[in-house]
Amino acid sequence: MRVALFVPCYVDQFYPSIAIATLELLEKFGCTVTYPAKQTCCGQPMANSGYEHEGDSCSKLFTENFAGFDYIVCPSGSCAHHIKHHLHTEKDKPEGEHIKKTVYELCEFLTDVLKVTSLKARFPHKVGMHQSCHGQRGMHLSQMSELTAEPFSKPGQLLDMVEGVEQIKLDRIDECCGFGGTFCVFEEAVSAKMGKDRVADHIRNGAEYITGADMSCLMHLEGILKRQNSKTKVIHIAEILNNYES
Amino acid sequence: MHSTITNHADAALDFNVDEARVNWHDKTLWFIREKRDLVSHAIPEWEQLRDYASSIKNNVLSNLSQYLKEFEANAKANGAIIHWAADAKEHNAIIHEILKKHNIDRMVKSKSMLTEECGLNEYLEANGVEVIDTDLGERIVQLAKEPPSHIVLPCIHKKKEEIGELFHQFLGTEKGASDPQYLTGVARKHLRETFLTRRAALTGVNFAIAETGEFVVSTNEGNADMGAHLADVHIASMGIEKILPKQKHLGVFLRLLARSATGQPITTYSSHFKKPQPNQELHIILVDNGRSVHLGKEDFRNSLKCIRCAACMNTCPVYRRSGGYSYHNAVAGPIGSILAPNFDMRKNKDLPFASTLCGSCSNVCPVKIDIHDQLYKWRQVLMKEGYGAPAKNASMKMMGWVLSSPKIYDISGKAARIVLKYAPFIVSNKLNPWYKQREMPAPPKESFKEWYKKNRK
Repeated sequence: MRVALFVPCYVDQFYPSIAIATLELLEKFGCTVTYPAKQTCCGQPMANSGYEHEGDSCSKLFTENFAGFDYIVCPSGSCAHHIKHHLHTEKDKPEGEHIKKTVYELCEFLTDVLKVTSLKARFPHKVGMHQSCHGQRGMHLSQMSELTAEPFSKPGQLLDMVEGVEQIKLDRIDECCGFGGTFCVFEEAVSAKMGKDRVADHIRNGAEYITGADMSCLMHLEGILKRQNSKTKVIHIAEILNNYES
Repeated sequence: MHSTITNHADAALDFNVDEARVNWHDKTLWFIREKRDLVSHAIPEWEQLRDYASSIKNNVLSNLSQYLKEFEANAKANGAIIHWAADAKEHNAIIHEILKKHNIDRMVKSKSMLTEECGLNEYLEANGVEVIDTDLGERIVQLAKEPPSHIVLPCIHKKKEEIGELFHQFLGTEKGASDPQYLTGVARKHLRETFLTRRAALTGVNFAIAETGEFVVSTNEGNADMGAHLADVHIASMGIEKILPKQKHLGVFLRLLARSATGQPITTYSSHFKKPQPNQELHIILVDNGRSVHLGKEDFRNSLKCIRCAACMNTCPVYRRSGGYSYHNAVAGPIGSILAPNFDMRKNKDLPFASTLCGSCSNVCPVKIDIHDQLYKWRQVLMKEGYGAPAKNASMKMMGWVLSSPKIYDISGKAARIVLKYAPFIVSNKLNPWYKQREMPAPPKESFKEWYKKNRK
C-alpha cells in the first residue's frame, strides 16, 4: 500500500513531532509511506477567506505532488476536508478526482482502511477530546450532537485502544473552539471567547490533556492555556497513538 | 444596549467587553439548544422529517409562481382581499391605504419578521399611526425603542431586572420588581385593554396553503388570535416563500417548527385563518422584496426554504457570543448572514465572515438549508466582486504566491521560526490580534521537512 503523507503547512513548520508520529504510526501498520517533499499548503486559508481564486496554483502544485498514490493521509481533518471538497481540478481531471477520493484524515484511515483494532500505546492520563468541526461535521469522524442518530467516534475508538487513557466527559461535547482560520484574527473577540469557554469545559471536567485530530484548533487552545498558565496541555491524537509513556 | 456599529467584528468586540453578560447570553441560548436536542432526539424519524420538509420546500421554490396563483384564487374565493407588494415600500403603503380607508390610526401587531424587514412600524409612526406590538418579547423591545435581537425570542438579550425597570417606567409596576410572573400579569392586563380598543390587527404568516387559500399563524401567547378576532380589519403580511402546496404538508412543518425553535412539541396556538368573520375585512399582502431575484441565484436560492425557527441562531457559537445586534439586520445569526447579502452586498459584506464555518447551523436546520456552505460561497462571491479590504487582497495574493512555490515556502517558514525564536517581540505584541489573549506557538528547532531529509532519505 503506497501512502503519501500530506503534512499541513503549520504542522510542518511549528509542530513537526505530529508529522513524525503520523509517519511512524503508518509505517508501524505496514504502509510504504512517501513524503512528497515539494508540498506546501492545501490552500485552505485563502479559500476560507473568500480567495479560492488565489489558490489555483496551490491546487495545481498539490495535484502534481500527490498524483499516483493509493492513499493520501493527513493528520488534520480540516486540510483533508479542503482537498476532498475544494481542490480545483478542472485542468487536471483524472489525477484530481483520484486525489479527492483517496485523501483521508489519519484517524479514519486507521479505523476504516487499515481497520486497526489494537494499538501498542500507553498514555496514562485524563484526556479531553476536542472534536474539530471540519473533521467531525465535514468528514464525519464522529457523530454530531445535533442529529438524531447513533453516536460513534473514530478518534474515540482509537483512544480506547490506548492503555491508561481515561476519556473525560464534556458539558458540550462538540462545540466549536473558535479557531476558524482567519476568523481567529479578524473576529478576535469572539474567537478568543469561544476558545476560553472550550478550555474551561475541559479543565472543569478534569482534563490533563486536550487532544484532537486537528492541531490548528489545538494551537488556538494551547495559546489560551499558556496565557492562563494552566497545567492542562494540548496533544495531537497521533502523538498519543504513537506513545509508549510508562 | 442597542449597538449602532455596522461591522460584525467591531460590534462583537463591544459585546464582549462585559464577559459575565456574554456568559449569561451564551448559557440562555444554549439552554434552548439543549431543549431542542432533547425533543428532537425523542423522535426517531426526525432526520426523515427534515428530509420531507426540505423536499416540500424545494418543490415550492421550483413551482412558486404556480402555487402563488393557486393560493390567490382560493383565498379570493374564501373572501380574502389579496395584495401584491414588489418591495417594502409598496407593502407599507398598502397597509397605510387600508388603514386610511377605515379611518384607523391605532393598530395591534403580532410577531412578523417581515414587517421588521420592511420597517413598517417606523413608516406608520411617521404617518401618524400608532402600532402596538402584542408579542410580549416584541412589546418589551418596543418599549425600549430597540429592534428584536432574535427572531423567535425578541428580547432574549434583556435580563428580567432590566425588563422590570422598563415596566416600572412605562406600565407603572413597582420599582425594583423583576418577578417574571408579576411582570407578565401586568403586561397581559395592559395588552388586553389594547386589544379591546384596536380596530385593526396585523399578523404574520407562518404557512400559507395553496390548495385551500388558508394561512396558519403559530404563537405561544395567542396574541395573533386575540388581535385578529377583535378587529374589524385583519391584515396578514407574508413573504412569497411561505407557501405550502397542500394542507397535509402542514403536519411535517408544525412538528418541526416548535421543536426546532424552543424545544416545545408544538406552539401553544397554531391558528388557521381561512375566511373573514362577518363584518370583517381580511387582507393578505404577498411580499416579494428581493425574493424573486434571490430565487434566481442557484447557489443561494434554497435559503428561501427558511421557516424562521432560529435554531441556527441558538446553536451558533458566534451568535451566542456576539448578540443579535452585531448582525445589523432584522434577521441575525447564520441564516441572516446568508440572507442579508442578497439585499445589499456592500452593507452586509462582513456577515458571511462572522462564522467559523463549524456547520452546526446546517445540522439543526429543520429544512436542511446548507447554511455553512452558503456562508463559504458568499465569501467567494464577495471577494471576487471586490468587497475585500485592499490589505486583505494583497496579503492573500502574497500567500498564494508563497504557497505555490516550495522554495519560497521553505524560506518563509524558516524565517517565521527564526523570528519566533530570536525576535518574538515582532509578533508578540498588541498589534497582533492573536497575541491579545493567546500565546504564540513555541518554535521547533527544525521543520518536519528538514527532519525527514535527515532521517528518511
